[in-house]
Amino acid sequence: MSTLPLPAASRGRGLLLLELDGAGSHPAASRASRTAPPAAPSADRLRGAVLAAESAGFHAATFADPGLPDYSAPVSAEPAAAPRLNALQRAAFAGPVTRSLALIPEVDTVYTEPFHIATQLASLDYVSGGRAGWLVAASASAADAAAVGREPVHGQRLSREAADSIEVGRRLWDSWEDDAVIRDVATGRYLDVDKLHYADFEGENYSVKGPSIIPRPLQGQLPVLVPAGLLDREALAAGAADALLVSAPTPELLAAEIAETRAALAGIGREPALIAELDVVLDSRGQTAVARLDALNSLAAWQSPRARFVGTAAELTELLAGVLTLADGVRLHPAVLETDLEELSRLVLPELRRRQLLAPVSQDTTLREQLGLSRPASRYAAATAADN
Amino acid sequence: MSHSIHPATEFTPSGQLQLGVFFQGVNSGTVWKAADSGSQTEFESFRRIAQTAERGLFAAFFLGEGLRLREHLGRPHALDVAGRPDAQTALAALAAVTTNVGLVATQNTTYNDPADLAHRLSTLDLLSGGRAAWNIVTTDNAWTGANFRRGGYLDHADRYTHAEAFVETAKRIWDAWDESGAVRRVRHTGKHYSVDVTPRLPRSAQYRPVLFQAGDSPEGRDFAARQADVIFSAHPQLDDALDFRRDIVARTLKAGRGANDVKIMPASEFILAATPQEALEKKAWVRSLQIGPQQAIAYLEQFWGRELQGYDPDGPLPDIDPAVEETSETRGSGFHGAKARQLADQWRAEAKEKGLSIRQFVSARTSRGDSTFTGSYTEVADRLAEYARTGAVDGFNISPWLIPTGLDEIVNHLVPELQERGIYPTEYAGTTLRENLGLAVPVRPAADVTGAESASAAARV
Repeated sequence: MSTLPLPAASRGRGLLLLELDGAGSHPAASRASRTAPPAAPSADRLRGAVLAAESAGFHAATFADPGLPDYSAPVSAEPAAAPRLNALQRAAFAGPVTRSLALIPEVDTVYTEPFHIATQLASLDYVSGGRAGWLVAASASAADAAAVGREPVHGQRLSREAADSIEVGRRLWDSWEDDAVIRDVATGRYLDVDKLHYADFEGENYSVKGPSIIPRPLQGQLPVLVPAGLLDREALAAGAADALLVSAPTPELLAAEIAETRAALAGIGREPALIAELDVVLDSRGQTAVARLDALNSLAAWQSPRARFVGTAAELTELLAGVLTLADGVRLHPAVLETDLEELSRLVLPELRRRQLLAPVSQDTTLREQLGLSRPASRYAAATAADN
Repeated sequence: MSHSIHPATEFTPSGQLQLGVFFQGVNSGTVWKAADSGSQTEFESFRRIAQTAERGLFAAFFLGEGLRLREHLGRPHALDVAGRPDAQTALAALAAVTTNVGLVATQNTTYNDPADLAHRLSTLDLLSGGRAAWNIVTTDNAWTGANFRRGGYLDHADRYTHAEAFVETAKRIWDAWDESGAVRRVRHTGKHYSVDVTPRLPRSAQYRPVLFQAGDSPEGRDFAARQADVIFSAHPQLDDALDFRRDIVARTLKAGRGANDVKIMPASEFILAATPQEALEKKAWVRSLQIGPQQAIAYLEQFWGRELQGYDPDGPLPDIDPAVEETSETRGSGFHGAKARQLADQWRAEAKEKGLSIRQFVSARTSRGDSTFTGSYTEVADRLAEYARTGAVDGFNISPWLIPTGLDEIVNHLVPELQERGIYPTEYAGTTLRENLGLAVPVRPAADVTGAESASAAARV
């Protein structure tokens, strides 16, 4: 239902997403956090982070799955890199903890079984009450390939693996029509088997039979978010993506990139939501953002494909106010989660809300509703209806 | 693998029982036709059962795994409960709303990758503060494989060699991150797959996930005796359970482990009431809802391989012969493989001798534990005391026949009776599943087979 009250003269939906990975997006974030990083990733820390994001008024949290680092040496003498919990399970843990925050894990499509992905994401939708999404990734890492004994995948094939996996997911989510569970005591039938369908996906490298092992997700179809550029024109035209994540080298170039992406989409008859990507370092507790970033960079280099904002909360508010009139939403990647989230929640989000630039936040809103998407009927429902 | 303590050669009954709950999700065991039967898929059902289990100091909450929907005569099975969430996704959510109960995920070794599954199980273990377990199952059928990239590539004979290589690789991955944060690379190249991975997660509060295993063939038992912490057995009757215990202790010792190292928790169904008479009436009612007339006919159809709708459920077994050579009990749950004609003759003779109708015969065949755990609370508690005294089992995995309230009477009435008899915990022994099951913490191997680390770095945790 696209019933979100949008401010006049605004193109945007006013969605703010927050990347919640570990201590922050900067590789030295865990060493810069005020609280000592725990030896093991802790559930309490995750609980704290998602609750902080929700109470700050973010619409969605994303959970990164950066895959395996490429180790050149057989033995690491140094303490290991930041431990990584599986992204989808972190999102699932957050399900019963939160009420309004949409939960969007990043899931690789190259080295993960499509059937597992589809059923795990459908399960996430159940445990979150319809607040789940899927941030599609396609790993090009040799380490990820070696972990499962496969050859690395590059170029066009990455795009195809992602498109195939999305197609399998979408077919499996539709493979139970909404009313397939009938619980008809008189006939003894729990299921109406006419409302279950084989996915019968035949790809270049594999086939998947179906149906899913779990009834249709609460949202019918989970919203699928994809980095712009990963899918080819054909997949986009087929409706593979519900939202594209748009990156530019600098904050100044973001507007142009959004406009270009929108123009490129104009010809294919689809209008996925556009979400702008932004790294964020803010002034905090008497330290300038520049000084904070210098200190972090002296510990580790921060390479990211995203535009990076470094400055005051007021400046960021102005930037976001502009971007939110062009894009449907912005995903923020705080350098150090606890430090930058504090500033965002205290200064930035309240001001954006005061200016009516943000979509309202309410309990039990589905991610589809936030994105202005209606709940689709199963693709197989039409066939069943026509047969009758 | 070396043990710092010499394995005990004598089995010693602990005199205690533990309980687990197996949320089956699918099949005819769940009485969905009852008025107070709730959703099989809503998270609320899982939360309700898990929190009730925790209130009753249950050691573990189990989820089964579905990889392909069961079929009946070539179509999804209309009569039984079907549809369940992915185990580890649901358990990760339950980790957020529980604090003590163990979270056991049934996961197949054939359609997963060792590095990926080990990582996901570690995640669950860390999110739950050391309460995760893996119920190891194996499959070899191409029919399930039709949902996976790998397909049906595994020979039946390779089922356990494949599973064992898988489990050993997972253990090496869990062992590879030591307490100082140093990590070693794990490489395995074998017949079935190759793995080259540097683990991303440290050990949990219980070192690594507890391993459950449910195989019952001689190969399955040996596999469990070598690798598992707990056997999820199919032997709930006392005499049978004692035989099974003796067999497992012998196999465990042969594998170089201690006599008490592998716990046994059979699957079971409890039907309880205030009086013995009420319990018997309740059992008849439960059975009539589990195996109604349609289910009884459908059950036979699985073995006959043909439609038997014309037969009276309250009459004798079908006089026509099976249409198939070999039986394949509802596809997806594994092939039965018995000679169909032989089985039909055997069943007809048995039903005739005992004077059983189709419904009665099928009901008797499909009921678990039969009358052992049907009775008044005090009766069943007395019977369970005998299991504790003899050490026949370490506990039971209860499959509730009603979702989501099926544990209520067990927790409210049976647990206090067990506690009064001194055979059931009155509080959780600790915060990890390993502590609550009375399992020793694994010893970290001195060095990985890659030999990358010195023995001095190994330590007992």
